[in-house]
Amino acid sequence: MSFKEININRRRLLQVGAAAGAGLAAPMHFMPGAHAANSCNLPTGDTVTLGFNVPQTGPYADEGADELRAYKLAVQHLNGEGDGGMLNTFKPSVLKGNGILGKKVAYVTGDTQTKSDAARASAKRMIEKDGAIMITGGSSSGVAIAVQGLCQEAGIIFMAGLTHSNDTTGKDKRANGFRHFFNAYMSGAALGPVLEKEYGKQRRAYHLTADYTWGWTQEESMKNTTEALGWETVKTVKTPVGAGDFSQYITPVLNSGADVLILNHYGKDMINSLTQAVQFGLRDKEVNGKNFEIVVPLFSRLMAQGAGDAIKGILGSTNWNWSLPDEGSQAFVKSFGAEYGAPPSMAAHTCYVQTLLYANACEMAGTFSPQGVASSLEGFKFDGMGNGPTEYRASDHQCFKDVLVVRGNENPTSPYDLLEVVEVTPRSQVEYDPSIFGGELGPVNNGNC
Amino acid sequence: MDAIFLQILNGLDKGGAYALIALGLTLAFGTLGVVNFAHGALFMLGAFCAVIVNKLLSLEHVTIDPTKLSPWGTPLEIRSSYLETYFGDFGLVLIDYSVPIAIILTIPIMLIVGVVMERGLIRHFYNRPHADQILVTFGLAIVLQEIVKHYFGANPIPQTAPEIVSGSADIGSWIGLGAGVVYPWWRLVYFCFSGLVIFGVFAFLKFTTFGMVVRAGMHDRQTVALLGINIEKRFTIVFGLAAVVAGLAGAMYTPILPPDYHIGMDFLVLSFVVVVVGGMGSLGGAVAAGFLLGLLQSFASMNEIKSIIPGIDQIIIYLVAVIILLARPRGLMGRAGVMED
Repeated sequence: MSFKEININRRRLLQVGAAAGAGLAAPMHFMPGAHAANSCNLPTGDTVTLGFNVPQTGPYADEGADELRAYKLAVQHLNGEGDGGMLNTFKPSVLKGNGILGKKVAYVTGDTQTKSDAARASAKRMIEKDGAIMITGGSSSGVAIAVQGLCQEAGIIFMAGLTHSNDTTGKDKRANGFRHFFNAYMSGAALGPVLEKEYGKQRRAYHLTADYTWGWTQEESMKNTTEALGWETVKTVKTPVGAGDFSQYITPVLNSGADVLILNHYGKDMINSLTQAVQFGLRDKEVNGKNFEIVVPLFSRLMAQGAGDAIKGILGSTNWNWSLPDEGSQAFVKSFGAEYGAPPSMAAHTCYVQTLLYANACEMAGTFSPQGVASSLEGFKFDGMGNGPTEYRASDHQCFKDVLVVRGNENPTSPYDLLEVVEVTPRSQVEYDPSIFGGELGPVNNGNC
Repeated sequence: MDAIFLQILNGLDKGGAYALIALGLTLAFGTLGVVNFAHGALFMLGAFCAVIVNKLLSLEHVTIDPTKLSPWGTPLEIRSSYLETYFGDFGLVLIDYSVPIAIILTIPIMLIVGVVMERGLIRHFYNRPHADQILVTFGLAIVLQEIVKHYFGANPIPQTAPEIVSGSADIGSWIGLGAGVVYPWWRLVYFCFSGLVIFGVFAFLKFTTFGMVVRAGMHDRQTVALLGINIEKRFTIVFGLAAVVAGLAGAMYTPILPPDYHIGMDFLVLSFVVVVVGGMGSLGGAVAAGFLLGLLQSFASMNEIKSIIPGIDQIIIYLVAVIILLARPRGLMGRAGVMED
């Protein structure tokens, strides 16, 4: 039978092909998660593979390298190698140092490049080709939200790394995603009382804000907090991510009547805007009869190194700092320092803790299935991991723990001694009603398990 | 009024950086006809000359104090700089002046880098299409970036201006605008420095025999060669000069923007726009367009302007480029026939 016999020509063939393709694809479009491989990756051999998705290239590569160091250390400790680190202080824990559920922990790595599409591609590769049963890592909220969505579709647990936007466990929360790191709301809530104590109630604030999801939520949280104190918001200005030279955004601050500049910037933007604000003499100014102050709501020690002397005396908040004296923090600092010759960053800390929490949840559930792991993590209360008693809230998968308010150290004793802890804000002060940020967790996608 | 005055200063300062980079870029295009996408990497290498000089001057010797332990249980390392140990306060002054010292060292280093780059790679692409030149120079830029990242990491490395020019100048009281109008000293230094370098390049090309030959070669390469002048050798040196200008711009910029491996790419696209707006191969055009676009960018960032046209600060440069290229394809001061096809 020829094409001629069934009265078909090239145009007709294309039409039929297009209609058939559309028909076959339509059901996929209406099925949630149908475009992602619905995975499970239950380990069948004597190893279990974890996927560490961190920025290995791009602007946050140094932070990603520190995250990777922490993950490798966590794997060592889970497999019973080294001094055990926080395995010795984490409680309640059923981890025995013999891997996870008796299987030796192996890992694969991916490079997020701090780009959502690259991060999703590397996570997808680790799930589909390398058989990773859990994905963790990242240094950006945009990336975390993108990868969390992918893991939800794929039926894989996502243990977020450094992500500070309210949206990660707010409007974009997913049942398969869990965040140990604090968020912008908590930064605001922790900083509020300290700002009031240090700078008073009669202040006029000017915000410079990175123009993306994290910046918007950070600005909103700081604005709500400072206005509740009685401060007036003079102006909020969005700045492009990676602007480099912020001089054209800083000069309007000089004559705005503001006496506080709040820099809702992170990473390179924070380094550049803070350095340049100090160069423009803002810290030497007196406005409204008060000393002009600068606030950086989210501080990272690795990033603070880039700002040099400009961070001295600047208030901010952080998830964790290596100088904390508690038993868990010191055990981790000792292990990490002995292995790598430098203290861990807050990103490294959160990644290490997330790996141990995931492993412990598998042991508690007696399974690697996402449903079992999520059930173990939801509402799980623990201690000995560096931030005091902590809880993974079931309703939004956000960890609640003490938050640190820090100040750039005026007299550092070492290249790492950049942040001085001003106050440990108790967990009760940073808790909030999960409904304020909207979003729905939805059901856990158990994949094919 | 104060705000407008400060934005003019910002624009001139930014324009100075754009003009310096664009000057080198258009110099290479005007002489060799090469579209050099590695020019941003030369700016970055200049910035890292300052970083290296600072690191060399701050070299430390480590002594172990066995009586004290680090937080991770190893004997405490005590670090002190060699210069301070051996020269006392003079050593500290040398470290403080690391950026100006780097400026002096950047000149021979970047000249060598430029000449090696031209002889080793660029000359093989003179007769190839612009697309090939763009691909190979862009590739080179990425290689240079990755090398720098390998040795210096991805984080920006802060450099400080000498103590004497690290604060802000009370510029308002100089011109009767009031005491509140201040501007960072180093940015003023940068603006004056860029003016000096631009003047130096123009004077070199205008008033020296070497410059005269180069200008003649830019207009008619073959005729100059027929006169028995080795124009290629001179153009190689001009490429080296372009690298020096970009390197100086980078080294001087480090106290304003802590350099990282990507700093050159951040400036590259803008500089190309500057060159195209000024007119490919036109030195005066590059300088004029650099300052013009710097000023426009600063004014577009003013809250008053942004409240009328939101987001204008992000697109102003490209908008102006589109308008100028539509109205005058050769650019503001470009020669007729160049890039008009």
